[in-house]
Amino acid sequence: MANVISDETIEYVGILAKLELSDAEKEEAKSDMGRMLDYIDKLNELDTTGVEPMSHVFPVQNVFREDVVTNGDDSENMLKNAPAERDNMYEVPKTVE
Amino acid sequence: MDILSLSAVELAAKIKAKEVTVKEAVEAVFARMEEKEKVLNCYVTLDKEGALKQAEEVQKKIDDGTLTGALAGVPVAIKDNMCTEGMLTTCSSKILGNFIPTFSSEAVLNLKKAGVVIIGKTNMDEFAMGSTTETSAFGETRNPWNEKHVPGGSSGGSAAAVAAEECFFALGSDTGGSIRQPASFCGVVGMKPTYGTVSRYGLIAYGSSLDQIGPLTKNVEDCATVMEVIASHDLKDSTSVKREDTDFTSALIEDVKGMKIGIPRDYFGEGLDSEVKEAVLAAAKALEEKGAIVEEFDLSLVEYAIPAYYTIASAEASSNLERFDGVKYGYRTEEYEGLHNMYKKTRSEGFGAEVKRRIMLGSFVLSSGYYDAYYLKALRTKALIKKAFDEAFAKYDVILGPVAPTTAPELGKSLSDPLKMYLGDIYTISVNLAGLPGISIPCGVDKKGLPIGLQLIGDCFQEKKLIQTAYTYEKIRGEFKKPADSMEGGRK
Repeated sequence: MANVISDETIEYVGILAKLELSDAEKEEAKSDMGRMLDYIDKLNELDTTGVEPMSHVFPVQNVFREDVVTNGDDSENMLKNAPAERDNMYEVPKTVE
Repeated sequence: MDILSLSAVELAAKIKAKEVTVKEAVEAVFARMEEKEKVLNCYVTLDKEGALKQAEEVQKKIDDGTLTGALAGVPVAIKDNMCTEGMLTTCSSKILGNFIPTFSSEAVLNLKKAGVVIIGKTNMDEFAMGSTTETSAFGETRNPWNEKHVPGGSSGGSAAAVAAEECFFALGSDTGGSIRQPASFCGVVGMKPTYGTVSRYGLIAYGSSLDQIGPLTKNVEDCATVMEVIASHDLKDSTSVKREDTDFTSALIEDVKGMKIGIPRDYFGEGLDSEVKEAVLAAAKALEEKGAIVEEFDLSLVEYAIPAYYTIASAEASSNLERFDGVKYGYRTEEYEGLHNMYKKTRSEGFGAEVKRRIMLGSFVLSSGYYDAYYLKALRTKALIKKAFDEAFAKYDVILGPVAPTTAPELGKSLSDPLKMYLGDIYTISVNLAGLPGISIPCGVDKKGLPIGLQLIGDCFQEKKLIQTAYTYEKIRGEFKKPADSMEGGRK
């Protein structure tokens, strides 16, 4: 395997991904990611010098509209699926002391 | 009359002619489910009570002439990644196991306006990540043709439900082949429209630049009819395209004289099963005999589509799935210390292995230091792939090939080697990267008794050429076999 993923990399990616992996999952993720990256490295065979990265297949522009409010207060509906709510707000654990 | 064997359009016509009531159609599919669901598990959620209520309302509107469309009264299944107001929408994931949307996706609303009856939500690979419907948190779906085999994925529940006559048509979504491949494995018709044709509003995002909603149907006429209803310009989806040419049923023409069909040699190389190859080439020959001009050519870059796709799709997924953090909807972990610990525990407990794998890969390729080498490289490759298709469509109206290298694999054989599973998407994936329309239509059955799919690919906005070619082929082919009911006695 050409790509060897270090423990530090997996830790770091875990932070970015907001995932808490068990030791066994970490080992599996290291080998999975290494294999996938080996495979993705195939793209290096292609000369893409001067090729613009294509994020959208059509030449689309930003979609603008007049700044007019069309929706009403939908907070009741939005909160219907909240795991926890209080006083018409999402409730989360305390973040600042 | 055997209501279940009717196509969607035939059923709607009989309802209009008062030969069948909407209620009878709904009751027929639910009776079928009682017989089949225990084994097949096509659905995550069923709503008989709601369906009967809708049936009553729709029947009234048909009777008083308010609803006159070609799909009025037809019972329909929706893939479980499309929001349905008041009906559980899980993405086949534990993290959305309790999510009941307060609004419906635009495609579903368009169907409801046309008077369909929503009967339930179909099983899928978790967050549409998979090719077998085995990554679902709610158990796998089985292939109606042979219960030891997968139905394909990720829209496996939708494809299997149509094939097993547990609905008259279904909606699926296609990010890398997720409509066309299960359609192929289950012997039904599936279409992935040009990017931007069907609104993605209310579709729970996986790879936003690749996702499209499309129909899974019993035949090409139903496919065109559903496409006509679900295609719409929607201001709520900024990538929605305003099209004037969505009268897809006008392309139901039995004629391919002069139609230029290109067969990419690179789609017939190593890894392609010989029976699939034979059936697909026989279909090409049949079209040639009807006057199509069939030619082989080199598409090029085919082997680069999968690595580019998994980079882009994983990157977009890692970003899209950040919203599942236990705050606004869905699952929240029981015990936690502080906000960040709650996020992490919620996500780690809520997502399955394949979803975590892709989020990790996506986070990596977007991380500073790797972004250029992986993510931008993949977007540059995408540009080259699009160019290769542009060159092909300068010469051909339609590209013809297989949907997948093999017929449906056995259950339990795919997930242990993800890379091998990804390779199964080789013929479908570049269509999404280039934003093109593609259709899968049954063209044979292999020695194991499993259906084989033919794929037709068109240039952007050329769905009508695909529909015309597929419709002509379907007439040549004749009635396609149905899955045998023999395995458990079945329907008489």
